[in-house]
Amino acid sequence: MSKPRLDDATGVETVGHEWDGIEELNNPLPRWWLWSFYACIVFAIGYSVVYPAIPLRNTATAGTFGWSSRGDLAKEMRAEAARTAGLMAELGNASIEQIATDPRLRRAAIDGGRAAFKVNCIQCHGNGAAGSVGYPNLNDDDWLWGGDAATIHRTVINGIRQPGNDATLMSQMPAFGRDGILTADQVQNVVSHVRVLAGEDKPNASAQQGAQLYADNCVVCHGAVGEGSRTVGAPRLNDAIWLYGGSRAALTQTITNARYGVMPSWGNRLDPVTVKMLATYVHSLGGGEEAPAPEPAPEAVAAAPADATE
Amino acid sequence: MTAHDPKLSADHSNDISLYAKRKGVFPKAIDGAFRRFKWLVMAVCLLIYWGTPWIRWDRGAYASDQAVLIDLGNRRFFMFDIEIWPHEFYFVAGLLIMAGIGLFLVTSAVGRAWCGYACPQTVWTDLFQHVDRLVDGDRNAQLRLQKAPWGPQKIGKRALKWGLYLTISFLTGGAWIFYFADAPTLQREFWTGTAAPVAYATTFVLTMTTLIFGGFMREQVCIYMCPWPRIQTAMLDEKSLVVTYKDWRGEPRGSVKSALKAATPLGDCIDCLQCVAVCPTGIDIREGPQIGCITCALCIDACDKAMADVGRPRGLIDYCTLDDAEREKRGEEPKPLLKTIFRPRTLVYLGAWSAIGLALLFMLGQRTRLDLSVAKDRNPEYVMLSGGQIRNAYTLKLRNMETRPRTFTVALDGLEGGAMFTDEMDAAAAQRKLSVEVPSDTTKPLRVYTVLPRGAQPAEFAFVLTATDKEGGTDRSETTFTTAQGNGR
Repeated sequence: MSKPRLDDATGVETVGHEWDGIEELNNPLPRWWLWSFYACIVFAIGYSVVYPAIPLRNTATAGTFGWSSRGDLAKEMRAEAARTAGLMAELGNASIEQIATDPRLRRAAIDGGRAAFKVNCIQCHGNGAAGSVGYPNLNDDDWLWGGDAATIHRTVINGIRQPGNDATLMSQMPAFGRDGILTADQVQNVVSHVRVLAGEDKPNASAQQGAQLYADNCVVCHGAVGEGSRTVGAPRLNDAIWLYGGSRAALTQTITNARYGVMPSWGNRLDPVTVKMLATYVHSLGGGEEAPAPEPAPEAVAAAPADATE
Repeated sequence: MTAHDPKLSADHSNDISLYAKRKGVFPKAIDGAFRRFKWLVMAVCLLIYWGTPWIRWDRGAYASDQAVLIDLGNRRFFMFDIEIWPHEFYFVAGLLIMAGIGLFLVTSAVGRAWCGYACPQTVWTDLFQHVDRLVDGDRNAQLRLQKAPWGPQKIGKRALKWGLYLTISFLTGGAWIFYFADAPTLQREFWTGTAAPVAYATTFVLTMTTLIFGGFMREQVCIYMCPWPRIQTAMLDEKSLVVTYKDWRGEPRGSVKSALKAATPLGDCIDCLQCVAVCPTGIDIREGPQIGCITCALCIDACDKAMADVGRPRGLIDYCTLDDAEREKRGEEPKPLLKTIFRPRTLVYLGAWSAIGLALLFMLGQRTRLDLSVAKDRNPEYVMLSGGQIRNAYTLKLRNMETRPRTFTVALDGLEGGAMFTDEMDAAAAQRKLSVEVPSDTTKPLRVYTVLPRGAQPAEFAFVLTATDKEGGTDRSETTFTTAQGNGR
């Protein structure tokens, strides 16, 4: 360490360090820079006290403000809930029919329903509600259990064949082949007849034999000409839409082993307003039907729990 | 143009410091042709700035009645009879390009006229310098007060002066916000404390920038902060008008008295330093063109006055091109002013500037006030119905840019045998033509389903939007109809 001296070339004092003849000039940091640096240190100390800062083994210091990103999110969600609270209350008080007739409520319900659909329903019914084999397309005009807003609402609340829910929509097709009600040949004849009903095939000998079997075994639920029954969720057979496929193989499988599609009951999973919005959204997808004229007993019984949840 | 700056070349022979402490500038009051012109420009600029938001303009019941309004919340820009939507932003871009080329044009023709007369920094600095004179008196009184020790009188005067600065700054910063909301309403809200926080924040920031830039930094903004003087050195040429000290006529300088004693005749410059005293940026124009000169021409006024007093011809300092300076040095006549201003370079700028202006005006006349866009559903692309019909879904956006509600029809062009319905209609009521009311100044989304009977083939078709009122107007949007066989393309 040599003594500090004035550097000839610059007129600046050296700091006194010397390495192989290289010396360092004493040009201190600008004062504004230094003070900013000190201010940053002070700020950092304060920051680590009031905000989460020091990592511990499983967590970190919480900070006196108690801030957390999760808390931030919760705050935003609360603010959003508060913002829409009035609308939600209106939707809660309105019946599904009233929502359908009030353009403002209907718009809000459709938007809310779309969001809830994306979270809860697309796993089976698809992002565009187009369904897939075994999961109904909700855009079309073919409804197993009914397509008016109130019925859709009831379906969403109680689900279909949901175990443990007494109010769920329940029906069961016999496994005609597996349980020995029909022989394999008879099943094939019924398949032929169903394909004729649907207009997929021309009438033939097999279908004629199948017609009698159909009349004996299937008419009760699926109707004389395959028009189906919404009371028991028996699909229409004389239309262009197949839930499980209309090929011979698929129909053989259906009649032999039967089908047992299940939808959860959402009435005890989601809040009543969300369920109502979901029903309104599904009804708006293009195939929604007008409310039917007052129906006899079975509909009313099934609808009762829906009112109870509101 | 050499950047010979007295602030940078202050006498420290071995000093390489790049920092120069500000020397106060205390410009003397002066009257003359250019000063009066500056008054006029200042009055017009301030009047436009403060007055514009208060001009009313009747647009009917559905739109603001403020003539000039930048409605950021609703993303609309109103300017008298013109309303600009966000998608028409190219009009604003065009105006900005015109402003840029306009500056090129003005600079190449008359030099830094923008800096000298119309730049807000110049206008507000000028305003604050008048406040200085009002409170402290003219140059000499200001200098005396600057040197005087702090006493009751100085404190009082400074408080008054800075108070006036702050008032002007507040009025300046406060006026800005009225361009962005209904001015009378916002003013009421502003004083009752119910205006949006951003209004107060903007007012505060602009008040402070006006106070700091206009009240205290002044010419330093032009010399150190503004990029424009640097750009202009590249744009000026030997045919641009710049404020010139005619040294061939003025030198050697000397007072009238010393001229009588001198052995050789002296020049016209009597070295009275009036040109320096009146300069708002504190330079000496006699050192030649320099970056500190904003060409405000006050030194011309000062010199003309001095020349008149000693009975010599005016124009020792004058607007003059470098070419003319060479010519006059050789004793030739300068070029006529009009020929200097209208030369090929400026005419090219003028041509480009007018072409863009005309193109904008043409587009303004051509634009339609309604618009249709169609987004086809891709998930699902099509839906098979019970009867074998195929249905496609679309989201239409109907845009009504008029400030009144309008009734439109939406019709199918093509798609033979098809019909459509909206999500607010019954499918059974499907038609080929729908009537839709769109509120004023709104884009209305419309969910539309088209249906073709069993056995439908993919097709291309168009939605056609037509206004039913007497102004009319129409727009169409091509799209496709998808079936299991594809989308027809």
